[in-house]
Amino acid sequence: MSFFGRNLPYLLAGISVGGQYALIAIGYTMVYGILRLINFAHGDISMFAGLAMVYLSAAMPLHLAVPIVIVITVILGFAVERVAYKPLRTAPRMSIMISAIGVSYLLQNLAFYITGGLSKPYATIPWISDTITIGTATTKRVTIITPILTILLVIGLVLLIKYTKIGMAMRAVSKDFETSQLMGIRINSVISTTFVIGSLLAAIGSILFFTNYTGVTPAAGAMPGLKAFVAAVFGGIGSIPGAVVGAFLIGICENIIKGLDAMLIQMGILKSGLGLATFSDAFTFALLIVILIAKPTGLFGEKATDKV
Amino acid sequence: MNQKKKYLTAAILIGALFLLLFVLEQILPANSMLFTVLKKGAIYALVAVSMNLLNGFTGLFSLGQAGFMLIGAYTYAILTIPTELKETDMVYKYYDCAVHVSVPVVIGLLCAGLAAAVFAFLVGLPVLRLKSDYLAIATLGFAEIIRAVFQWDMLGPVTNGSNLLKKFPTFSSTLFPFAVAVVCIAFIVLLIHSSYGRAFLAIREDEIAAEAMGINLAKHKMMAFCISSFFAGVGGALLAMYQTTIAATQFKSAMTYEILLIVVIGGIGSVTGSCIGAFLFIASSEWWLRGLDNGVFLGISAPAVFRGGFRKVVFAVIIMAMVLFYRKGIMGSREFSIDGILGFFRKKRRREEALK
Amino acid sequence: MSESILRAEHLTMQFGGVVAVDDLTFNVDEGEIVALIGPNGAGKTTAFNVVTGVYEPTNGAIYFRDEAIVRNHPRGKMKKIYQGENRDTYIRAIVKTPDQITGLGIARTFQNIRLFKDLSVLENVMIARHLHVKANFLSAALRLNWKEERQLRRQSMELLQLVGLEDARDDVASSLPYGKQRRLEIARALATRPSLLLLDEPAAGMNPQETMELSDFIKHIKREFNLSVFMIEHHMDLVMAIADRIYVLDFGKLIAHGTPNEVQNNPRVIEAYLGVSEDAEG
Repeated sequence: MSFFGRNLPYLLAGISVGGQYALIAIGYTMVYGILRLINFAHGDISMFAGLAMVYLSAAMPLHLAVPIVIVITVILGFAVERVAYKPLRTAPRMSIMISAIGVSYLLQNLAFYITGGLSKPYATIPWISDTITIGTATTKRVTIITPILTILLVIGLVLLIKYTKIGMAMRAVSKDFETSQLMGIRINSVISTTFVIGSLLAAIGSILFFTNYTGVTPAAGAMPGLKAFVAAVFGGIGSIPGAVVGAFLIGICENIIKGLDAMLIQMGILKSGLGLATFSDAFTFALLIVILIAKPTGLFGEKATDKV
Repeated sequence: MNQKKKYLTAAILIGALFLLLFVLEQILPANSMLFTVLKKGAIYALVAVSMNLLNGFTGLFSLGQAGFMLIGAYTYAILTIPTELKETDMVYKYYDCAVHVSVPVVIGLLCAGLAAAVFAFLVGLPVLRLKSDYLAIATLGFAEIIRAVFQWDMLGPVTNGSNLLKKFPTFSSTLFPFAVAVVCIAFIVLLIHSSYGRAFLAIREDEIAAEAMGINLAKHKMMAFCISSFFAGVGGALLAMYQTTIAATQFKSAMTYEILLIVVIGGIGSVTGSCIGAFLFIASSEWWLRGLDNGVFLGISAPAVFRGGFRKVVFAVIIMAMVLFYRKGIMGSREFSIDGILGFFRKKRRREEALK
Repeated sequence: MSESILRAEHLTMQFGGVVAVDDLTFNVDEGEIVALIGPNGAGKTTAFNVVTGVYEPTNGAIYFRDEAIVRNHPRGKMKKIYQGENRDTYIRAIVKTPDQITGLGIARTFQNIRLFKDLSVLENVMIARHLHVKANFLSAALRLNWKEERQLRRQSMELLQLVGLEDARDDVASSLPYGKQRRLEIARALATRPSLLLLDEPAAGMNPQETMELSDFIKHIKREFNLSVFMIEHHMDLVMAIADRIYVLDFGKLIAHGTPNEVQNNPRVIEAYLGVSEDAEG
């Protein structure tokens, strides 16, 4: 088997998970751009969407369950913003971040309570769960669907932001919060819309994500959420294309590291494994630190001049 | 009230506390829940105060505490496991242990703190100049990296890889963790009331003004970061002693979140608040709210609702309520001061005399 | 002729395309009170910020006594010049950090008061003495430096007495009325033991009576602490009363310089403040 053929599964997995991270990362970058808040709870909202699917798909046919899951997730994201973030908008920055951490903590413990801590098997959605063969690798169809769907959604989103009124409002608010209010922009609507869009994408992302995994656990959202945030920072906070690029990069690199040992042995560089797979998660954070030091505004971000 | 009297009163109160603990240990059975709460509470109080020093007093929002606790715990364990045991298969089953020394407990604790402080220095170099939200994520990231490193196969001869460490010296009496915690917290309090503590407060209040008044930001931020991590390391070592076994997987970011929530409950910027918050947190999760997980709570029996995990949910809700409505926490940024207590009694006496 | 305590040469500060300070050259001699005046937005506070190290200038050199605060230096950072003869070239500059500059002996107050709001009045002043503390953190925590600490506290109390705030010493800084907050800021600046005091609009918000008191106060502390003073001010009565020399800034450029009388009668200055008019003001 060729070098490429042997490592294709990692690449494919990388692209697939990269797309899923991208959908979650968009939610992070949009919220941070407007509120300067790292929504720690965003990943957990995605996890909750997965849980909702688990329970709903057991009670009703899939073509009903999927839209209802999306609606529930959107309502959840909207509610979290109204209850946990809106009251703290004038509070010091630390308070709202602590609130986000609190919401994350609550969602995870709630999920643990509901599921009893066991991993709940995810519903099998026909067609996208089907196994297909690409070259020499076999994988689920969702692996191919994910990047395509992600790119379509991103294009749609960018168009929305560029050419609609609400999109312009969102851009204005992310540039200058106070002045936008003075110009008559309804801040609450803009913020709620941001959370709605973010949660919508997170719901879709969770459907794609969990189709690839055996089950949903309470902690399933935390790590992907953090990685998605790193992707957003890498691409430049406030830049949606940047977040997507960052997410795919992280997804691919992460999976390459999982296979790095095998790859390096094939290439003759190593004699025996170095156990580098443990670092696949840590890699993302190392990347974060490198980018924060080298280019804090990210790949596509803009530099803001602070006036003293 | 002058300084000497203050120190004397503080010493007497602490002595009374230890006497009380000693008496309790004589009269209550050793496995009483009270001791669990006291031991674990003291440890978490130390770590919470160390986090408060950094987040509450210096204003540096760092989420890396679990990582430094991990370093402290492992340093202590690795250095204090008896050399004979290291050579056998008892602990280092899959590796040949590379560490051939064994040190007494106190040295182990000191090394735990120093190791954490050294790591803090290395982490702080790139990270401390970042803005607050980015600092939070960067320190969180470093904690994860540290955890991955400690689980790495290649370091197995030192860290035992992903297996747990055990057979290091532990404590049985509640007095030990209390003694260590009291000494450490006393140092932190003294530091806060010194010129350096004031410099930390200045950095929290207004960095630009602090710099204009001659305070070197980089040096003092690093100082706060390293000192805080030192005590987090000692706390981690104490935790290892309490649990008798440790594994790197335990020191996840969830642990940092819990410490943060303790600090918030007690009041950011209040040492007494962190201590009270720690004991409340531990008492609730280990003891009072136990019934919420086991079917019967406050006399109400509802096994369908009160089952595994409900305790943490109630907890999380209480914390959200505090964050939203009682942002200042229990103590706000005030402390239990000796002046305050005596002043209270003096006022009461004056009122009584006025009424006569 | 006394030595210059502060000397700035060809100072330029650009923020992107905006030139806030344009080729400014000035100096303050030992024992002088020099005022920097000009309409709002002229670049006065920006000049202060450059001198105190908050901003790194785009070009120029600043010397405190003989020590360079900003200087072209082969080992310094690169800065790009946006206009003038050396446009689009890069020069290397070396800049000291604000705390180093304060350590040299320059202290400042801020235009929009920047006190340590939640700390007490006394703590605000004591913090400004921290840079002179010799003990390291261990000794300080273990109170091995108790003599030094006691002296620090005493000296801070003396400064509070100087500005009449000793009774308010335990009050929270943000609870003070505006005038007292300004006095506290000056006391805090003095605590760093400066040789040069930079005052940014010290009389802002004061009535004529308070301004007169401030004028006496500045003369008093100048004598008492052997200070040179460089101040930004809009209250002309204060400037005329105590300034030895005045620099006038407009749109970042120096348009006049001299004694109060010279500047008062300078037509360019009048034009900058009042605009060109058809009828002469009586």
